[in-house]
Amino acid sequence: GFLIPYLIMLIAEGMPLLYLELAVGQRMRQGSIGAWKIISPYLCGVGVASVVVSFFLSMYYNVINAWAFWYLFHSFQDPLPWATCPLNSNRTGYEEECEKTSSTQYFWYRQTLNISPSLEASGSVQWEQALCLTLAWLVVYLCILRGTASTGKVVYVTASLPYCVLIIYLIRGLTLHGAVNGLVYMFTPKLEQLSNPKTWISAATQIFFSLGLGFGSLIAFASYNEPSNNCQRHAIIVSLINSTTSIFASIVTFSIYGFKATFNYESCINKVILLLLNAFDLEEGSLTADNLSEMKDYLMATYPQEYAQLAPQIKNCSLEAELDTAVQGTGLAFIVYSEAIKNMEVPQLYSVLYFFMLLMLGIGSMLGNTAAILTPLSDSRVIASRFPKEVISGVVCFMNCIIGLIFTTEAGNYWFDIFNDYAATLSLLLIVLVETIAVCYIYGIRRFEKDLYTMIGHKPNWYWKIMWAFVSPLLIISLFIFYLTDYILTGTLQYQAWDATQGQLVTKDYPGYALAVIGLLVASSTMCIPLGALVTFVRKRLKRE
Amino acid sequence: MMIFVLFVCRISNVLLCNVTDRVSFWFVVTDSSKNVTTVPGSEVEAAIRMNRNRINNAFLLSDKTLQFLKITSTLSPPVEPSTPVWLIVFGVVLCLIVAGIVFLIVSGIQKHKKKNKESTERENLEEKVEVTLENGIPCEALDIKAGHINGVFAADDDRFTSL
Repeated sequence: GFLIPYLIMLIAEGMPLLYLELAVGQRMRQGSIGAWKIISPYLCGVGVASVVVSFFLSMYYNVINAWAFWYLFHSFQDPLPWATCPLNSNRTGYEEECEKTSSTQYFWYRQTLNISPSLEASGSVQWEQALCLTLAWLVVYLCILRGTASTGKVVYVTASLPYCVLIIYLIRGLTLHGAVNGLVYMFTPKLEQLSNPKTWISAATQIFFSLGLGFGSLIAFASYNEPSNNCQRHAIIVSLINSTTSIFASIVTFSIYGFKATFNYESCINKVILLLLNAFDLEEGSLTADNLSEMKDYLMATYPQEYAQLAPQIKNCSLEAELDTAVQGTGLAFIVYSEAIKNMEVPQLYSVLYFFMLLMLGIGSMLGNTAAILTPLSDSRVIASRFPKEVISGVVCFMNCIIGLIFTTEAGNYWFDIFNDYAATLSLLLIVLVETIAVCYIYGIRRFEKDLYTMIGHKPNWYWKIMWAFVSPLLIISLFIFYLTDYILTGTLQYQAWDATQGQLVTKDYPGYALAVIGLLVASSTMCIPLGALVTFVRKRLKRE
Repeated sequence: MMIFVLFVCRISNVLLCNVTDRVSFWFVVTDSSKNVTTVPGSEVEAAIRMNRNRINNAFLLSDKTLQFLKITSTLSPPVEPSTPVWLIVFGVVLCLIVAGIVFLIVSGIQKHKKKNKESTERENLEEKVEVTLENGIPCEALDIKAGHINGVFAADDDRFTSL
């Protein structure tokens, strides 16, 4: 159902903006800070904002790699630790919290995160998670130690390995029982979902993130291209490959999701059958999944009293409900997949493969991020002349690791969600909006056309021009308006907290200081743009005098 | 069958009743030594708990498929090795990564030292041999260092592609 908004957003936003950034980098032949200075001296803040966003991203993103390491290390056991609940103290049953929720959720919330009931209860640093985080940062340091040259070689591995694993999973996923249900669910468009603006918003943000727009890395990489490089063709090819990979990955995801939903649905039905068999002493085999509903009506008619007594325990099992269970946040990748994997044969193998792939993807992203931070640092002559690049990378990794320890505390996941939701989204939208407006209106679209003509040999056709000048800015502005109205309507921001007594997520309001942190995150990157303009303005006035 | 301390129990001591369509039944165990009284439920429960495995195996069933009402099965705890497995894997990976980092840093320092030694050797050579000078800078120095920035042209920083 998500496919339609995704594809539309790709064509309306992704491709034109990707082309724009590549062309700017190729033409100006400088990294993001320098390129925007050339377009207009007042826009140096845009590059700085990109670096700030990358800095925030690198702070919290490596925690995902730490979790992937944790799951990877735990995959070498039989049975998998998230397959069964641990026993309670007198060994008569399972732990209470685990009974209320599933064993995979218990493993995630209790044994991995040891999550506290709310943001205010910070708790202590979990040493296991801290160890995994340190390891993750050491791996990143190893890859960026020698600068961009070594990073390039590492990316060969981190980019190609996930494809191999995805193909293995595709074959395994499609042969699973119930995979078809998931695929059907994925491809049927849901009209109520399409009318909900939130779906379009998430499609747009998804395109932004997966293409890496607004981070400044695209401009930096494009500046290394030859001036005559056909960036139009590259933009189209890259965005198409990116989306095909996304769709391929989502086919794998949904087939596994369908397997999990079918498995849960069938166990639910079996539980109901067992309950009814026990209560009414019916013959085994008389109740099956097919005749369940008729038998339920029959039993309700024949033994109304006993049935009424049983009624609260009889759940209405529905495949649709299982498929609709929305799992929030980054827990999705860990909970849903570990639940599906534990039901496969040879689960250790698939578990190791999956979390290894997740690690590769995560480390690949981290490399891009840290490169975005390190390049301006090593370019500035003040720092680079005094310290060799190993020391600079080491200091950056060490500082990020120390800051990242916040996310390993008991309330760490809530802070992680804050960073995940607010550090990059709004700022990126603003950066890309300023970029499009700058190129189209401040630099001038006719000048840009001429530059492209000198580079590629032909002018961009009317489609690109309309996209750059009108459609993309309008889309981004409408996204902004939506975010703001959403915030104003709900009044205060809320988050999902894990309630151990109920065994599910509950919604809570953010405390005051958390709201302040959110505001700081958003402000520090967005304010760079007007501040940069102000500083240049003041400098020019001083120079004139 | 179960062997009691008090007496030997035979099949004739187990009485079934309430047999239903479903494979389920109630049973009592009689004590033949005392006049057809039934063995108290708690003792039967304790005996079943101890011998659960044998009963299951006799029926080729498991704790999940054969249920004794009011007797909760004692669940076996999972096997836990003395050192958690994940720590072992963690230790291995950590050692590999640290070894890699140390190797890269050391080779970087060695390369740096070699470069410094070479440049001091060249300087010693230059004092003895006549070298071609260009604007007061020896030609070899231009090759060794990664290019000099000519001060006249360096004023305009924006022209240079920053990396």
